[in-house]
Amino acid sequence: MSTLMALLRDVAGLFVDDGSLALAILGVVVIAAIVAALVPTMPLIAGATLLLGCVGVLLANVMRARRS
Amino acid sequence: MNLTAAAPAITAAFLGSLVEAVEALTIVLAVATVRGWRPASLGAAAGLALLALVVLIFGPLLDRVPLHLLQLTIGVLLLLFGMRWLRKAILRAAGMIPLHDEAQAFAGGTSTLREQARRHEARLEWLATMTSFKAVVLEGLEVVFIVIAVGAGHGLLVPAGLGALAACLLVVAVGFAVHRPLTRVPENTLKFAVGVMLSAFGVFWTGEGLGVPWPGEDLAIVGLAALFLFVALVGVALTRGTEEALS
Repeated sequence: MSTLMALLRDVAGLFVDDGSLALAILGVVVIAAIVAALVPTMPLIAGATLLLGCVGVLLANVMRARRS
Repeated sequence: MNLTAAAPAITAAFLGSLVEAVEALTIVLAVATVRGWRPASLGAAAGLALLALVVLIFGPLLDRVPLHLLQLTIGVLLLLFGMRWLRKAILRAAGMIPLHDEAQAFAGGTSTLREQARRHEARLEWLATMTSFKAVVLEGLEVVFIVIAVGAGHGLLVPAGLGALAACLLVVAVGFAVHRPLTRVPENTLKFAVGVMLSAFGVFWTGEGLGVPWPGEDLAIVGLAALFLFVALVGVALTRGTEEALS
């Protein structure tokens, strides 16, 4: 059982390493989804929100890692 | 088959699988060095069998999931997976965390197994088999995920799967020929490239799942990858520059 739990923990670790990065990415996706729902006639705004949000989150996380 | 869409999918699957296969082979070889080929090959075979079972069970279910939901789910998982890779690759390229060293991983794996041998001689066969099994399952799951992620959206599962299979066969053939871990593979460069491509696929599929009509359709993946590459290089330069300024 403990072997299975360790394996499942490792599988989860494939997607979540730095918890703050994972949370920030999910936050960007939620914001992009809200934008897509609020402005359905201009879906590219949601695309831009998603792209710029992800890029911004990555840069911010790397810079934060440097400071810590 | 649209080659414009297929080429990035096949390349991402090949390069991503190359990295994972090298990591799995390193651990299997470490087990074989310490305890012989029996537990190493038994664990690897059991791992491959479990992976085949996972693909056989969950593969057909992919066709039953609504396309937008599939794109959104895969896109978000790709973003989590790809940006995690890219973050680590940036920090490694900037010298903030040590480069992944297969020779070191091999030495670490063998010394751990030898330490376990001293403490649990009776259970060692089981531990060695489980170590090999776990390595193949975990790295193999990453390969399966990469193939699904880059191939499922536009019916490119077969070409992406063939790209992954080619990478695994190449690594196993070279690894068994030289009988030691493949230390000369530029792993961080590959992880950097694959992290860029997976992040681009992640944004693309998540956007498609949200109903975003990307300009240029599939060609947008190339543009997204170029942007992620640029931002990642800026990240390396900023981090490295600040490190040097601080030192």
